[in-house]
Amino acid sequence: MNNLLVSASNLKKSFGNVHAVDDVSLQIKAGEIYGLVGSDGAGKTTTMRLLVGALKMDAGEANICGFDINKQTEDARAQFGYLSQRFSMYEDLTVLENIRFFAEVRGLKSNEWLPRCNEILEFVGLERFKDRRAGQLSGGMKQKLGLASALVTKPRVLLLDEPTTGVDPVTRQDFWQLVIKLVSQPEKLTAKSAKSAKPALSKAEVEKQNLSDLSALCSSEISEVEEGVSVLISTPYMDEASRCHRVGFMKAGKIIAEDTPSNLRARLNNRVLELRGSPLKLLRHVAREDEDVEDVQAFGDRLHIRVGVDKAQGVLSRLKAKIRSEGGAVDELRVVNPVLEDVFIALSESNHE
Amino acid sequence: MSDAVIKVENLTRRFGDFVAVDHVNFEVSAGEVVGYLGPNGSGKTTTIRMLLGLLEPSDGNATVLGFDAFKQSEEVRARAGYMSQKFAIYDDLTALENLTFYGGVYGITDKARITRTLELVGLRGHDSTLTRSLSAGWRQRLALGIALVHEPKLLFLDEPTSGVDPTARRAFWDLIYELAESGVTILVTTHYMDEAEYCERVGIMRDGKLLAMDTPSNLKKNIIAGDVWEVYADPLEVGLTVLPDVEGVLSVSLAGDHLRTIVERGKKKEDLLRELKRGNVNVRDVVVGEPTLEDVFISLAR
Repeated sequence: MNNLLVSASNLKKSFGNVHAVDDVSLQIKAGEIYGLVGSDGAGKTTTMRLLVGALKMDAGEANICGFDINKQTEDARAQFGYLSQRFSMYEDLTVLENIRFFAEVRGLKSNEWLPRCNEILEFVGLERFKDRRAGQLSGGMKQKLGLASALVTKPRVLLLDEPTTGVDPVTRQDFWQLVIKLVSQPEKLTAKSAKSAKPALSKAEVEKQNLSDLSALCSSEISEVEEGVSVLISTPYMDEASRCHRVGFMKAGKIIAEDTPSNLRARLNNRVLELRGSPLKLLRHVAREDEDVEDVQAFGDRLHIRVGVDKAQGVLSRLKAKIRSEGGAVDELRVVNPVLEDVFIALSESNHE
Repeated sequence: MSDAVIKVENLTRRFGDFVAVDHVNFEVSAGEVVGYLGPNGSGKTTTIRMLLGLLEPSDGNATVLGFDAFKQSEEVRARAGYMSQKFAIYDDLTALENLTFYGGVYGITDKARITRTLELVGLRGHDSTLTRSLSAGWRQRLALGIALVHEPKLLFLDEPTSGVDPTARRAFWDLIYELAESGVTILVTTHYMDEAEYCERVGIMRDGKLLAMDTPSNLKKNIIAGDVWEVYADPLEVGLTVLPDVEGVLSVSLAGDHLRTIVERGKKKEDLLRELKRGNVNVRDVVVGEPTLEDVFISLAR
């Protein structure tokens, strides 16, 4: 069997005459971090909401760990951990009490969540703060609490909706290290460790014993093929996207490109130049005039110039001379590695209709 | 006298025992685009509030456009614009009505000036569009228009392009560069590295202190103590445990499908490959990566 934890095909959702999600297909393997990248209104959040069954799709189907979200909604939902951008927690409850609340809402008993909770708190680095009120936590710690709460049900699929908004780079880096470790060391915290322990029971499973058997069957089947969790993360930021295993660029409800960050970047190899010099205004105008230059992007103290296929050498030799002849100065002009932002912009342009 | 539009000397603000801004010094010249980068709670907003005269410094002083920011705050505010992420735009008014309303707040009734502002931010043709049906990128431009309607000499932007896609973002920045070329001074506060890259100079704030201020290129050159290499290897987790012990490796972090490392300058690629091989890590590729402001921030913070 395959090891796809999320498999969605031809999802469609319209609000009035706006096609918020327009024929989106998406597959995420166990152990994979998939980044859904696009601007506000591109359809990222709607896609996530369709996957968790919070919105009913107009067409298409989605399968979560073998459960059809349209037909086996409760069981499919029980596979998710969800950390939203505006994670709500009870500020006057302690860290531990918040986790307990989320665990019990999801139908876990204390002998299920408590041992696991310590493991998770240690993993996210909050074990020393478990008796601190959530309101007294720093932004980064709150976010870790959000992650811990999302993990307490041993989800197979973790959805992170713009999770690092407003936290500092050091915390952000730590957070990403946690997420990457989570998918690469599944035995630690996810359903695989359920081999010895009892499988987590969702509310539906408690009610329907036969379904619970089915679920146990499903997860044991999956753990045989050495699997971990899948993470689906949405972000408008390219630097976050570059940390994912695979990235889908969303625009106007469609996934317009999907690949690993390195393969996406490779599409523009030898086509991005960096130019430093002065005055920037002159550099910008001269660069834009060159016929082999497709695009000029200004940054604070430099320009990124995208050139046509096999045009880099020509532009490199021409541009320097041209700038000097017009009275400008060139400090540095070189081919640089493309970044995802370059790719996103190139793709957006070629997708104008 | 210097032509400094902002001059800050030992600027300090305490709240009880907490030092929100701690002896900060910097200058910004006319027409510069300067970034003020730091996480939430690092003292960015407190600094801006002092520059706008909304908060009295506990120590030190700030001169803005030649006025004492606190004692002559009315003078400063009449000449400065402020665009915030959470700026109140009336959803059920059109773009033009929003601008007219905010113009009125500043005592501007000249219709031509309102239209000129609309044109400046590229919203002509959207005059009568209800704000709620504008995309994130267009709303951002409207918010900028509102901050510009009284033709300020100094513009404060608070995370101006968070949440908009790269295409809309760069269109916005092209506009900012045009403003700067016409002599407007711009101070951008942000916690996004991406956004700071667009500034000519960037100051890095942490725990109330200004740790460094320079051009993005100089910050990368002077503060990161090595070169960035991207290591594509299997298995990554083993690489993550092997690499930090290799001599000359300054930092290692996981980045999705590769390890991002900062390695002392002059360290040979072969040395790295040999050590990884010894640790039973299969290396597919090692490529030179581009340093980022995030590397700078982390180098400063650790």
